[in-house]
Formats: sequence, C-alpha cells, structure tokens
Amino acid sequence: MNIENYKVPSSIAGAAQLLQYGDATIVAGGTDLTPQIEAGARQFAATLINIQRIEEMRGISVADGRYRIGGLTTVSEILESKTLAADVPVLVEAADHFASPQIRNAATLAGNLCNASPAGDMCIPLLLLDAEVELASWTGDAVSTRKVALSDFFTGPGKTVLQAGELLTAIEFNQPADDFKACFQKSGPRPALEISTVSMGVAGSYLGGLLTNVRVAVGAVAPTPLRATQTESVLEECLLDDTLIQQAVEVIQQEVRPIDDVRATAWYRKHLAGVYLRRAFEIIDSEKNGN
Amino acid sequence: MEIEIKFTLNGRPVQTKVPPTMTTLSMLREKFDLTGGKLACGEGECGACTVRIDDRTINSCLMFAVDCDGREIQTIEGLGSVAGLEIMQQAFVDHGAIQCGYCMPGMIMQARYVVDQNPDKDRAMTRDDIARGLEGNVCRCSGYTKVVDAVAAVVLEEASA
Repeated sequence: MNIENYKVPSSIAGAAQLLQYGDATIVAGGTDLTPQIEAGARQFAATLINIQRIEEMRGISVADGRYRIGGLTTVSEILESKTLAADVPVLVEAADHFASPQIRNAATLAGNLCNASPAGDMCIPLLLLDAEVELASWTGDAVSTRKVALSDFFTGPGKTVLQAGELLTAIEFNQPADDFKACFQKSGPRPALEISTVSMGVAGSYLGGLLTNVRVAVGAVAPTPLRATQTESVLEECLLDDTLIQQAVEVIQQEVRPIDDVRATAWYRKHLAGVYLRRAFEIIDSEKNGN
Repeated sequence: MEIEIKFTLNGRPVQTKVPPTMTTLSMLREKFDLTGGKLACGEGECGACTVRIDDRTINSCLMFAVDCDGREIQTIEGLGSVAGLEIMQQAFVDHGAIQCGYCMPGMIMQARYVVDQNPDKDRAMTRDDIARGLEGNVCRCSGYTKVVDAVAAVVLEEASA
C-alpha cells in the first residue's frame, strides 16, 4: 500500500490524535519494521507516524520507589544507565545480550515489547520485575491512559492487547528490594545478533538458601514470553536442595510449550529450559554474599 | 509523495526530498553519491551500512531517511579524506586489515565509535572489548585478527597522545 501521509508528532497528545483514525503504521528505531516490510511480513498503512520526536517518551527516572522508562528509550541507554546498573542489573544484562551495538543504538524498549516476539530479550527481565506498560489513546478531547501488566500484554507471536488507537508510552516497575536476586540467560550459536533459542530469567528474594517471591520468565518456548507460574509455585519458600531443583526442572519442562523451528527442536528447547533453570540457582546461590 | 528534510551531512548543512520509506542508506548513496556505506544483508545483521547519527552508530539500511531531518550524519567520507586519512583509516591500511574491502567503511565507522565510546576511561580497551564492539560487523573474508590489530594500535596511540 502506498503511504498517503507522513506525520511527525512532537507530543503524546499529538500522536494519540493521529492514531484515533486508525490505518497508521508507527515507526521509531525501525530495526524490526524495516526487515518485516522488506520480507513482506508486514505492509504499510496509509499513514506513517514517526514518533521519534516525542521527547516526553524518552528517559529513565525513578520516583517514590518506582521506575519509569519512556517507551522511546533505546536499548543502549538502558545498557549505559548507572542507576539501572546499580538497582536492576538483570535489565542491563539483558540489554548487553541484545543484538549488536548498532541495533541497540536505534532499537527502542517500546518497539521490542510491541514487536511481541516470543524471543524478545527485554521482555524477560521486565516480566521478572512485574512491569506494567502504559498505553495512551485519544478519547474525546484528551489523552487517556491505561496500565496493563506485561504478563497480560502479549497474546501471541507479534500480537498484543494494544488497540489500533493506542501507543505504548512507558514501562514502569517497582525498584527491587535489597535482597532481590535475579539472573538472565540466553542461548544461541553466537553471542551477538542471536535470536534466542531459549532465554530465561529467574528472580526472587534469596535468604539462607530459601527463595521467596519466586519469578521465572521464559522466552522462545511458547507463543509469547511467559511467566512459568507452576514452576514458581514449586519453588516458593522452599529450600533449594537437589531434590527440589530436580522437581522444578521436571515441572518447567511440562510447563513450556515450544515448537520445532529453524533454530531448534521442541525437544532441545525443553532440555535447555531445564539446564537454564538448574544453572540459574547456581548463579543466584553464588551471588548470595556479593552483588 | 516526497518529504523535504534538512540535516547536517559530514559537517555541511544539506537539504533534499525523499519518499517516506526510503532508507538512509539509499538516500546517502542515491541523493548524495556517498557510496562508502554498502547494502549487504539489509536487515541489520552485517554492519556494512554503518554510519554515525547524532554521535551514535546505526545500521543505515534500517533507518528511514525522513528521520534524518534535523540530525547530524557522518559517513566514512566525512571521517577523513583521501589526502588525509583519519587515524583509524590509516591504521586499517597499515595493518593490512582489508581483503575485499566491502565491509570496511562500516567496520571503520564502528571501530571509530567503539574507541570514542570506551565506557571505562580509566582502563585501556582490551582485544575482547574491541571484538565485542565490532559484533555487529561481519567480514566474509574473515580478516578479523588484523582488524582487531588495527583498532588496538589506535587505542594504544591515542592513549599515549
């Protein structure tokens, strides 16, 4: 389809007003959109809206114990953030494993979430953090926003609850407590530019060998990145001994629903999910005295 | 439909008209005859199209040219000149870090950025740091060792300067 209009709004209100008519394609960093158009997987709508000039959608801030990351914040900006490195190292670690330096410089956090790849790297740490996304739209004569838990945001590969008139403006999560431990792992034949075969994040409060408020998030093993809630409940407030870990490995291998594709077989992905879960506890345990 | 844009290209103010979905790479090559940046994979995997925009390197094959409006763009042609190569370009020549040369403009733009960007100013970059910084640049002749040699030489030279 030919593009009939090109718009460059400078505010969320301006973008929301343009979006209310539907039939629009939103572009920011372009790192997912351009190859998808090129491959024929997506078509342009009649209006192309470049949201890159909406300054109020940039930046990382923390107030009253809650983080807010503007949707247009790039993966490089997350990687270079000293506050995030100190408070939420797992998010910075995932950014460090993200694509390549050039892609990180262009790719935005909102773009990575809205692309809704089952293997989206930034989804995993944000699921661990119980993040919420803020969706803005134009209603009547003003912008209205709603917040959706990230775990409810994804509905399938490339699909989210985002409505045609909505824009993902920000991501929010609570500043983790001091005893919060988390780790991120991702597999692929090489470290850079790899679409994960399996990615996994494990987090919780870890004290005296006991993990509480357990969160397990997995990517590339289901139609969406997901929280493995059954595995979480097996681990909750239990002593992390060999028997329990073996039981958790068996549960996660039942809980994930991977497919065979060009990158790996379903069998291998289940196997890796078990390996990563086991390894996550070693990482968390080794960090108990430091970090 | 064409959109009029103005930006700074290799230090000079320029203006042009582009279709809304033309890539920055196509614009540089077709509108400005700056053919240093190359189209290879077209999906951000290879880095042959790397240019610097507002002091960040990006894959110019993925960025729409319309978004260059108001920005500062530097291409390999703006790094040095044939008469006076920039230190990174000269280092690639001196270390024979070139085989077919197709990936070089992107590789050199990224190498310059990685050294400028070194996040830990108190510590000299290691060969591993350099290799990680160049992860998004692929050389199909596989000349990476000499590339890292060249960049490491620049790190050393600029540290002692």
